[in-house]
Parts: sequence; C-alpha cells; structure tokens
Amino acid sequence: MTEQMILRIEDLYKSFGDHEVLKGISLSLNKGETKVVVGPSGTGKSTMLNNINMLIPPDQGRIYLEDVDVTTTTDLTKIRQEIGFVFQDFGLFDHLTARDNVMIGLTRVKKMAGKEAAELAMLELRRVGLEKHAGQYPAELSGGQKQRVGIARALAMQPKLILFDEPTSALDPELIGEVLTVMKNLARDGMTMLIVSHEMGFARTVSDQIIFMENGVIVEQGSPEQLFNNPQQERTREFLFKLTDLYGEGGG
Amino acid sequence: MSDLLNIFSTAYPRLLEGLGITLVLTVIPMVLGTLFGVGLALGKIYGNRILSGFITVFIEIIRGTPLLVQLFILYFSLPPYGIRLSALTAALIGFTINSGAYQAEYLRGSIQSVSSGQLKAALSIGMSRWQGIFYIILPQALRRVIPSWTNEFIYLLKYTSLAYIIGAQELMGQARFVASRNFEFFKVYLIAAVIYLLLVLVLTAVFNRLERRYRIPGFDYKR
Repeated sequence: MTEQMILRIEDLYKSFGDHEVLKGISLSLNKGETKVVVGPSGTGKSTMLNNINMLIPPDQGRIYLEDVDVTTTTDLTKIRQEIGFVFQDFGLFDHLTARDNVMIGLTRVKKMAGKEAAELAMLELRRVGLEKHAGQYPAELSGGQKQRVGIARALAMQPKLILFDEPTSALDPELIGEVLTVMKNLARDGMTMLIVSHEMGFARTVSDQIIFMENGVIVEQGSPEQLFNNPQQERTREFLFKLTDLYGEGGG
Repeated sequence: MSDLLNIFSTAYPRLLEGLGITLVLTVIPMVLGTLFGVGLALGKIYGNRILSGFITVFIEIIRGTPLLVQLFILYFSLPPYGIRLSALTAALIGFTINSGAYQAEYLRGSIQSVSSGQLKAALSIGMSRWQGIFYIILPQALRRVIPSWTNEFIYLLKYTSLAYIIGAQELMGQARFVASRNFEFFKVYLIAAVIYLLLVLVLTAVFNRLERRYRIPGFDYKR
C-alpha cells in the first residue's frame, strides 16, 4: 500500500498573550488514517485543530494539506472546503433544517444546483442514519442527532480530511455511542480523521495512532497497543490509565 | 357619538389626506431605516475599529438628542448652507436616520445573541465571512429582532405627529387645522387619537403575524 500523505504539520507554535499554548507540534496523517489526540484540558489540542483550517492562525510553523501550505495559501475558503470540522457544540445553523444544514455549503460554497445538492445531502444524512429527520430543525433534535448532522455537513463537502474537536464531550452518556458508531464507520470506509477525544475505548479500537499531548507538546505518539501496553514515558501511562478509569472503555 | 360622526363626516377629506401623509412618513422611514440600521449594525460589529467607532458615535448622537431637535436642524438650519428641504423631505430624512440608529442597536443585540459557533462553522465549510453573515447570522438575527421592531415601528408611527411642527400636513397637522376652524378641539383630537390607535393595532397585528410566520420550530423567541 502506498502511503499518501494528507496532512503534515511542522513545528507549530501558538500563544495567546503571554500564554504559550503550542510549543512546536509536528505530526502527519496518511490517507485513510485515524489518529486520536488525547491529553489534559488546556493542553492545546483544540487550538491545534483550529490552526489546521486556520480558524485560529498559528504564530509559527507550517501546515500542509497534501502539497498546499495552508498557512500561506491565498484561497483559504478552498482549503477549508477540503478540511471538514466537527465541533464540540455542533455549530449547527439553527434556522435551517437538518437537510438544509448539510446542503447550504453545497449550494452557497460549491455553487451546486439545488436538486443535486439536496440529493447529496440526503445521501449523507442516510450515511449517519438521519434520513428520517431531514426536515427537522436543530432545536428539535437530540444532541447525538445534532452531532450526526454536523458530521453529515462535513462529509457533504467531500473533504480530504475531517477534524473532530471533542465530538462527544457535550453529549449525554447514552447518546455518545451513536456518534462513535458513525465515526467508526467512517474510519472503516477509509476517511482520514484527526480526532481530539477522551473516549479511550474508541481510541483503542479504532485509531491507527494515539497522540498524547501535554502542555503544548506531543509527549508520545504510537499505536494504541504500544501506548497502552508499553508506553515510553511514565506520564503517558499515568494519563491513559486515569482516562480509562474516568471514561471507561465504553463506545469502542 | 353622533357629534363625533358629524365632525368626522365634514372633516374626513382633510383627515384622510393627513392619514396618507402619516403613512408615507411611517412606511418609508420604516423600510429605509431598516436598511440603514442593518448597515450600521453590521459596520459596528464586523467593521474595522475606525468604522465601528464612527458608527458608535453617530448612533449615540442620534439617540442622545431629541427627535424634534433633529427635525429642526434638518428643516430650519440647513437653508443658510444652500440646502432647502421641504417639510415632508426633512421629516422623511429625520425619521429614517433616527429609526435607523435605534434599529441598529436592537439588531446589534440580536446579532450578538446568535451563537458565534455558527459563524465559525460557516467558515469551516468554506464560506467567506460575509457569506456567513448573510446566510447564517442575519437570517436568525432578523427573526429575533422582530419583537423589538414592532415596538420601534409603533414609536415611529406616533412620532410622525412631530412633523406637523415643521409644517408637514400629516394627520396631526390636519387635525389641528380642522380644529382651529370648528373649535371642536377635544372631539377632533379624539378622532385623531382613535385613528392613531387603529393604525397601531393593525401594525402590531401585522408584526405578530410576521413573528409567527418566521418562528423557527423548536425555538422559542418569546422574551
């Protein structure tokens, strides 16, 4: 199998005022890979994701989507179409139905004809198991359903990569499973995904690599097997066991 | 009662003419003031610091000075500089500017009440900032501002009566003219008051309908 690199991050730095959040982050993602980023809160995981599609530009460092440098591109809207983003708080458009949430990027950004866009939107909603809820508004959906609409909206743009920023953290425990199942199916279908999550069971069974971040640096990265069974850093062992303890193995 | 009807039956051509001008003075500033207000609100929130500061100062000046003073400035103090406005034009401009300033503030509040996460999400699917504002933020902000607008337009409708002071022949001006001829001040002004009241009730009904029509299912905009 030839490894096609989708994302490469080199030496990313970001400060907010005096507070240095990212201190030299480098990582890469090949086509079809799923990597899960874990680490204590305030560690810069979310900032890193926001750097990747330039919602928050980094201070220093390079980000490549395939061979395009995201940090210097003149066509940011084009790049953002190719990087899906799934938010912790869903970010759904409250005045639009589930279907229109998925469609609006197609019609307004990709300038697709309405009928074609509607068909594609329905296809993506079916993929996340929500075709029956297409006509409902966000306020009429459960948290898990909202997040699945969020995923369908990202998928509809046919991205090369999807970033997930703690996609299940805002959900009631009983709704987490349905979202993780959708993500698991995406991983199986070969979607390239970078996921910030505390769901250790999911990370362990679905990810190709776990990246442990703390205080703005990557402490350790490796296969789930390696990180759980044979971590090179004592801190990694400590953190993973604490997380597993807290969140359990559920959702795998 | 029959007295009132008698007075109305002789005075109605003038009163209806006045009513027409009152409607013109209400509807045109309502529409233009809304457009102006949307522009001011967007400039204040999303514009650069200079534009935003300029708009803030402008809005505070308009909101901080009496409408009547604004009308007097437009009507009486511009002719020496070669700008001669008719009473009607001066009133239209004054009401539009005044209403625009108030609407801008209502709209600013409602724009800021739309979660910022939605604009971020709009950017994340490749929309430009302005696309996000026009397709995502504004459609929601405009819905939320309808109750405040209802209030604003009721005020506007009643404030048009100030235009008679600079000589516009709207409902109040005509009522005053009629009363000065037949000396039935109380009854004529009572008729005028009832007409204003009816207009306000119609306006309120229209906007309540609008509010229901554009309500987002599952969302409660009652405040």
